Amino acid sequence: MDKVLEVKNLSKVYGKGCADCFGLTGPQADTNICPSCGSVVAAHDVSFDLYKGEILGIMGESGSGKSTSVKCLFFDEEPTSGSAVFYDDGKQYNLFTLNAAQQRQLSSRRFGMVYQNPYLGLNFDISAGGNIAERLLMSSISHFGAIRERASSLLQRAEVPTARIDALPKTFSGGMQQRVQIAKALSTYPPLLFLDEVTTGLDLSVQAAILDLIMEIQQEIETAMIVVTHDLGVIRLLAGRTLVMKYGRVIESGLTDQVLEDPQHAYTQRLVASAL
Amino acid sequence: MSQYNFGFLDEFAKKEIRRCTIKAVAIPGYQVPYSSREMPMGRGFGTGGLQLTLSLIGENDTLKVIDQGSDDSVNAINLRDFIEMTCPGINTTTSTDKADIIQSRHRIPEKELKEEQLIVLQVPYPDPLVIVEPSEEKRKQMHGEGDYSRLLVKLYEDLIKYKEITISHRYPTRINDGYVIDPSPIPRWDVPKMHQSKALILLGAGREKKIYAVPPYTDAKPLAFDDVPFRVEDFCDKRGKRRACSKCGSVSSFLDEFVDSTNGKTVYQCSDSDYCAEYCAAQSKQPFEESIDG
Repeated sequence: MDKVLEVKNLSKVYGKGCADCFGLTGPQADTNICPSCGSVVAAHDVSFDLYKGEILGIMGESGSGKSTSVKCLFFDEEPTSGSAVFYDDGKQYNLFTLNAAQQRQLSSRRFGMVYQNPYLGLNFDISAGGNIAERLLMSSISHFGAIRERASSLLQRAEVPTARIDALPKTFSGGMQQRVQIAKALSTYPPLLFLDEVTTGLDLSVQAAILDLIMEIQQEIETAMIVVTHDLGVIRLLAGRTLVMKYGRVIESGLTDQVLEDPQHAYTQRLVASAL
Repeated sequence: MSQYNFGFLDEFAKKEIRRCTIKAVAIPGYQVPYSSREMPMGRGFGTGGLQLTLSLIGENDTLKVIDQGSDDSVNAINLRDFIEMTCPGINTTTSTDKADIIQSRHRIPEKELKEEQLIVLQVPYPDPLVIVEPSEEKRKQMHGEGDYSRLLVKLYEDLIKYKEITISHRYPTRINDGYVIDPSPIPRWDVPKMHQSKALILLGAGREKKIYAVPPYTDAKPLAFDDVPFRVEDFCDKRGKRRACSKCGSVSSFLDEFVDSTNGKTVYQCSDSDYCAEYCAAQSKQPFEESIDG
């Protein structure tokens, strides 16, 4: 199997940080706020590998550091320490040592991101097609007809009526906005896609349709995905492997079936029990 | 005015502007910040261009000042008077041919400029990205990374809404395949004149404190799509016939449109008054040309 991403010891601390930060926080300390300096340890020592076409789930309660980890990988946040290597077309990119322009190139061409809140992923002042065009234009496609065609086929793929291509996203329903976000993220056929709580806040039938769409895409273009969610159902349906996070630490990881059927950590046991 | 230094600005100020100008020429299209001095007129009245002109002009240089193509509008006359007053020994002209330095507001002369000439454009808004990004810090980063996708999205949105690009002036233009500039509010008509121009083009924004340049023989490409090329204004009437200047009859100049107050009719006239006068003069020598231009 081809490795797509290798993350090692990723940490993110908000605040000035001190020598005791990592020792005094975490699940055993039952907090992620350092008692000696008051910094927030959002993520610490997060390591995992991701392979081509694989979906990795990251599960945990609010504030457990799932989104922070993903935001670091998508360059929305700068990690405090750790490394991440992205393997693409026989090349290796050490993500956190790249300069801003190289990072932007990667995130606009080779990565895709779908946020929980469509306001983060879409520009609401421009049309749905324009949003997709923006990402295509970032990757130096400058043929108007080609952009139109690609945007239209992507929207169709994401099951957004193509007649709405020139409508503003603010006139769309929540589920449709999410579909436009997915179409935008997929526009450059990225080998790596981040999905941050994509179905949270949508009604059940729309959730199911979006999850279907994600699975179809995964099968079609073999995109590797990291799915961040606190919804066990989403994890069960999508993810082959799962990390469980609490207070910024990975407390359990393994095959999704294994983690859900035979949880080892007390927190995971409680989580699974409460959901079922 | 003898108590003032030649060119109104003190020598240190001129030196600073010249240094910034050299930097601007060395990095085509890059907006070089400078400490725009107080001038005895409000910012926004061409102080950026004026400071460039004052720091570059010397005795025996010949200056032409135009405003929207005209040598006789208030802005042009006042700036010219001021420069004449503070720079004893310079000559002024209305002829594009005879000028060494041309300071202009919103037009580039119709007649192709020569290598030994220099044109200074007055700029209200130096940054083309200001229409898509309000934060200057982010705009600088976008320029640094060559990230102009959001400007292109603006063109895309225009095309889907209006079936054409609706930017009439300040058309974003890529210099030397690098930085995209706001070429000051010149009409689209003038944008191709910047491409591989023989004359140095300097742009000065007094209020925004920026100087930038299009060096001679440098590429200046207006942003466009591969299949939707940039186009200039066409001055055709409803039947597709190119309108002519009502004064000189030229069919190859940028036309101003106005309504004749005596009879309410729409009149078209050359915006470049020197070009128009020269064309008139040439025709009186060759009276047959008029019938050819029809």
